[in-house]
Amino acid sequence: MIELAGLTKRYGEKVAVDDLTFSVRPGIVTGFLGPNGAGKSTTMRMILGLDHPTAGDVRVDGVHYRRLKDPLTRIGALLDAKAVHGGRSAYHHLLCLAQSNGVPERRVAEVLDTVGLTAVARKKAKGFSLGMGQRLGIAAALLGDPRILMFDEPVNGLDPEGIHWIRNLMKSLAAQGRTVFVSSHLMSEMALTADHLVVIGQGRLLADTSMADFIRQNARSYVRIRSPQRERLLDVLHEDGITVVEAGAGALEVEGDKAGRIGELAARYGIVLHELSPRQASLEEAFMQLTAQAVEYHAHTGPDPAPQAWGAGWKGAE
Amino acid sequence: MSTHQPPMPQAPAAAPDWQAAPGGSYPGYTSPIPVVRTHLGHALASEWTKIKSVRSTVWTLGVFMLLVVGIGVLTASVVNANSSNGVDGQNALQFGFFGLLLGSMCIITLGVLTTASEYGTGMIRTTMTACPSRVRVLAAKSVVFFALAFVVTLATSSFVAMVQVSMLSGSGTISPTGGEWAKATLGISLYIALLGLLSLLIGSIIRHSAGAITIMIGAVLAPLVIALFMASQSLEKVREWLLEYSIPSQMSCFYDNTLSRSGPTGWDPLWIMLGLTAAAFAGAYALLQKRDV
Repeated sequence: MIELAGLTKRYGEKVAVDDLTFSVRPGIVTGFLGPNGAGKSTTMRMILGLDHPTAGDVRVDGVHYRRLKDPLTRIGALLDAKAVHGGRSAYHHLLCLAQSNGVPERRVAEVLDTVGLTAVARKKAKGFSLGMGQRLGIAAALLGDPRILMFDEPVNGLDPEGIHWIRNLMKSLAAQGRTVFVSSHLMSEMALTADHLVVIGQGRLLADTSMADFIRQNARSYVRIRSPQRERLLDVLHEDGITVVEAGAGALEVEGDKAGRIGELAARYGIVLHELSPRQASLEEAFMQLTAQAVEYHAHTGPDPAPQAWGAGWKGAE
Repeated sequence: MSTHQPPMPQAPAAAPDWQAAPGGSYPGYTSPIPVVRTHLGHALASEWTKIKSVRSTVWTLGVFMLLVVGIGVLTASVVNANSSNGVDGQNALQFGFFGLLLGSMCIITLGVLTTASEYGTGMIRTTMTACPSRVRVLAAKSVVFFALAFVVTLATSSFVAMVQVSMLSGSGTISPTGGEWAKATLGISLYIALLGLLSLLIGSIIRHSAGAITIMIGAVLAPLVIALFMASQSLEKVREWLLEYSIPSQMSCFYDNTLSRSGPTGWDPLWIMLGLTAAAFAGAYALLQKRDV
């Protein structure tokens, strides 16, 4: 369980994270989504006590990270796969982390096996590919067998097999009752792994919703039609009260899930159809619309909210 | 796009629980790994693994031993060959000075790398995540580095001292007293290990390896060099002070061959360096607490 309350981070004039309030619950995979530069990594660094919040509060299982006595058995994090001393072997990197938290040494071999790096355990980390570095970072996160796992862009640099592996890993970790918080800038990736979504743009919270709800609200479904008897078809659909939109290249589009009804109408009036396909707008599109709105909103923000009447503050306080 | 069935094995029980006031018990996975309340000992073990598992430690300490032993033996044999021109009545231990002066550059480098290289590689974020108490990280690094630097310097300087004294015993040098032995081995080793620790702390403050090494080598050499070029009469006092308190002069105190007549004597340099290091530790600690990693 990770709880953020009004979390804010400013670098001089620039606001990186703006008043974020949400919780990350155990037992599910929570996706943390936002375009590049939205403040995802900054938020994660604040959760881990690496960066000081300008305002607000963030707690891990009710405790500030800096107060944790057993951080690695509480929360495992992959922030940056390159956060490793290149001259140290994978084994020694994990060993020094294990020792700092009193984690039994046998766990080092176990997690190396889990991520598939046993063969290169004694090799220096600087010779690792991006994907191997990512696996080493994941091994470090799993080292303390923690209740909470946090991954920042874990699929970066992984090959398709690796992506498939991490997807299943995250789901199985959540199924064990752990809290899994994973950031990404790819909606399509999140759609396959996350059960819950937190979307931010320019540091602000844009959505905090279940994946199913997000899909329901944002995935526009429509029917695409092509027919050599265009005019006749338009008349028939118009008579039936169905609104048709031109979609270019001779295709027509009808909002909603009306493929069945359109097919019946075409059959009844003997209209030839070359295409009748129910479709869904991609979640990627929905995500881009959501974040684009945030950018737009930010750019056209009007003046500050009207100041309260003089004395309203203390009158209210009484 | 199919809808997802969230795998929520504990969801029915968990849902009302997490909505309870913070501070209550948090549901979720329970690990079979025993939970340990960590302390400084864990951080020390971790830092020991870190310092011994990188090549730079082996290199810097290897070069250090080579320099100290090599220059020490070389000096002693040159002195031995020319013993006719007046080493009579002198202390053989003093010839260890040059090797240790040059060797201290290696200790400075290792000290800086112990902290600054973590910033260069990003390892520091992993370190601070594993051990959120920043003062504990700094203390563990300091203790491990100081102990290593002290032991290596003590072993090397003692070895060189014994070789030099035995090589020059026949050429008219006086036999050193117990106090002289202590200063030329224990004293200089404590001083150089402290100098290395100061470098480690500067590395933590500067967070950049090359920058911190340059600053430290400058701090060792610059005062002496600047003093040598201060010809003006009006700067006589400054010049004298720089000569007396420059780090090479302080080191030479342990061999009783100070570059000037006044200034620190005996074990004074050790207390000066201890004060400097304590101040640097306070500064490094304050910055570590304040800054984002």
